[in-house]
Formats: sequence, structure tokens, C-alpha cells
Amino acid sequence: MAPVKVFGPAMSTNVARVLVCLEEVGAEYEVVNIDFQAMEHKSPEHLARNPFGQIPAFQDGDIVLFESRAIAKYVLRKYSKSAGVDLLREGDLKEAAMVDVWTEVEAHTYNPALSPVVYECLIYPAMRGVPTNQKVVEESLEKLKKVLDVYEARLSKHDYLAGDFLSFADLNHFPYTHYFMGTPHASLFDAYPHVKAWWERLAARPSVKKISANMPLKF
Amino acid sequence: MAMKVYGPAASTNVARVLVCLEEVGLDYELVPVDMTKGEHKSPAHVSRNPFGQVPAFQDGDLILSESRAISKYILRKGGGSHLLREGNLSEAAMVDVWLEVESGQFDSAMSPIVFQCFVVPMFMGGTTDMKVVEENLEKLKKSLEVYEARLSRFKYLAGDFVSLADISHFPMAHYLLVGPHASVIDAYPHVKAWIADIMSRPSVKKVTELMEAAIRMN
Repeated sequence: MAPVKVFGPAMSTNVARVLVCLEEVGAEYEVVNIDFQAMEHKSPEHLARNPFGQIPAFQDGDIVLFESRAIAKYVLRKYSKSAGVDLLREGDLKEAAMVDVWTEVEAHTYNPALSPVVYECLIYPAMRGVPTNQKVVEESLEKLKKVLDVYEARLSKHDYLAGDFLSFADLNHFPYTHYFMGTPHASLFDAYPHVKAWWERLAARPSVKKISANMPLKF
Repeated sequence: MAMKVYGPAASTNVARVLVCLEEVGLDYELVPVDMTKGEHKSPAHVSRNPFGQVPAFQDGDLILSESRAISKYILRKGGGSHLLREGNLSEAAMVDVWLEVESGQFDSAMSPIVFQCFVVPMFMGGTTDMKVVEENLEKLKKSLEVYEARLSRFKYLAGDFVSLADISHFPMAHYLLVGPHASVIDAYPHVKAWIADIMSRPSVKKVTELMEAAIRMN
């Protein structure tokens, strides 16, 4: 069987979201870089895979997908049984619902509070040569603290977000949090001991370590 | 005990959940949450939705938040799995793709437009910020080009079968149709026909009535 293909730079957060799931299920895959400088993401070839001209895109034989969370779920559904993992819990109504809830929370609440700090402190200075907008950073950190209050309460009751089992919901937090830990504000997590411990458990996973190696904190 | 949905029917995220309950025909109770009085930030509501948002949902001792998560739970439990296709790898993936697009592209462009055109004048006594509306209409149009191309090839977003991906668009599509910028879809005939098709579903008609009644009460 041909390895599946993931299109996009390995250091991209949304590409990493897919790659960590591929690693968790031990699937064979190939990362095909997309050159943003050369506007390759807007080329007809890439638009045929991702009509919004974004990354990642994904190919498994005739199946072509985009949207990192949709791709990741496809990977988990396809390979989980043979890999002996169950990160979606679709066999149990309540557990699956909890995985969905915290996956949505990452997308709609956690990420919008945390990612501006990553963009302002790391990405924009490196990619656009612009200075950090401290006002945006301060506002985001205030929002993030409120979010982490809720996470601390949740993770005081359970080892992982959906319950006492690792799930897709936890893994979704890895890419942007990895980069957040490379900003000057990483110590924010020290005030939330259960969140910090949960993050350290995630970061210690072989899959996360392997994908992190291609996500340098200085670029 | 009937399932409970907590939140105002006029909220797009509440309406998303209600339409799924109507699709599968499960008994439910809609419990109002008066956001004009800050009830969504009350300890009682925060115990159900820790971020103080709507909807919250209860089925026995299971409490959920996040409308798309609640919607999937309802469809799986209530015999609506044909709207998710989770037994079929490629079909389920297409449903997921277009649900992500609904959330990331359609909802994210529509939400500021609806906030400026409805919430600000009706609930906050303010004036619409046309700059925000114009910027987001441009984003919406770019997305609708992609939708038009997709719906020229397939009857529905995930393929030739209706799914949660289509139905999830209905609440914002409703506000687009009844708001001052409905004509934006005229340039996208397949999108326009698809929206009309979704809005004609009995479940959607029922929830549209609930939304309109809630707005009239204000």
C-alpha cells in the first residue's frame, strides 16, 4: 500500500496536527512540502487539493482531503484498529461526545486565545520582519488565563481532557502549545499545575517528540 | 426524561442543536437563558458550560457544551447517523471536511456580519459598523466561490447526500436571508438553490419559526 501524502511544511501547526496522529497509529506517510514563498499554495495543482489554498492537504489513493481536523479523524478511523489505539472513542456515545466537546473547545476557545501570542512573538517577527504587537499579546494572555482556569479545573478531575484516557482532543492542543512554549510567556503555565503536568505528559509522548523535532522554536 | 437544551432559540449555535433534535424526532425541552440579563454567566449556567456560552445540553447525567459536539451526539443517539456517515471512511471524511469549512470559513465570516446587523442595533442600542460588515462580506464572497464550484459538481457539500455539514449552515444562512445582504448569494446560483433546499427541510422550517418567534419577543 502506498504511503499517504500530507501536503505542507512539516513545521506548520496544522500539518503537525495531522502528522502526530499518523505517528500515533504508526501509519506510513510522506510529507510533501508546499513552498509559500513561491505561492505554491495558490497554484492550480494545490487548489485542486485544497480549494481555499491552505495547508495541509492530504491524499490516500483516490481520496483527497483538506482541513487538518478532518484529515486527522480520517487517519485515526482508518488505522486505529490495526494499531490498537482508540483516540476517538466512537464506540461509546458519551466518551465520543467528550472527545468532540474538547476538540471543539481547542478550536473555538483555546486556540484563539493562545495563537495570537505565537504569531506576535515568533511568527510575524521571523516571517514578516515586524515587531511584536505587545497590546495584542497582553489581551490574548488575559483571555488565555481565563481559559486555563477552566482547563485547570477540568484537569484536576481527569488526567486528560475527555476523561481518564488520552484522546484526539488532547493531541489537537500540541502544535500551537509547542510553539507557545518557545515564546517569552511559556511560564504562564506554571500557575496552572495540572495543565502544566498534562502538557508535559503530552510532550513526552514519542509521537509528539518526533514531530516536534521538525518544529524549531527559532526560525 | 427529555433532553434539555439551554439557550435562546435565536442563537445560531442553539438553533444548530435544535435542528438536529428535530431531524431525529427526539423529545426535548428548550430552557431559556436570558443573555441580556447575563444569565449565561450565572453559576448555574457556568456549571453546564464552563465558558459561559450557549448552548449547554443535558441528557440524564451527561452535560455537554459546543453545538457541533452536541449535534453529533444527538444524531448518533437518535438514529440520525445517515447525516454523519461514520460507517463509511470516505463519506464521513467529506462530512467532516465541510463541517470544518462551515465553522472556519462560513461561520467566521457570517458571525461578525450578523453581530453588526442584528445584535448591535437590536440588543445593544448601537449602530452597525459598516467597515466590519464590508470586510466580512468580501471574505464571505471568496468562500462562496468555492462553495459554488463544489455545489456545481455535487447536490450537497459532502457529496450527493445531505449531511450535518449542510444542515449546520442553516442558522447563519437564515440570518443572511432575512438580513440586508441576502442578495450576495444571487451571484452564486448553485449556492442559492442549495440554501433554499436546506431551508425547506421540515426540521429547518420548525426551528426557523422558533428563531423568528424569539426575535419577535425582543
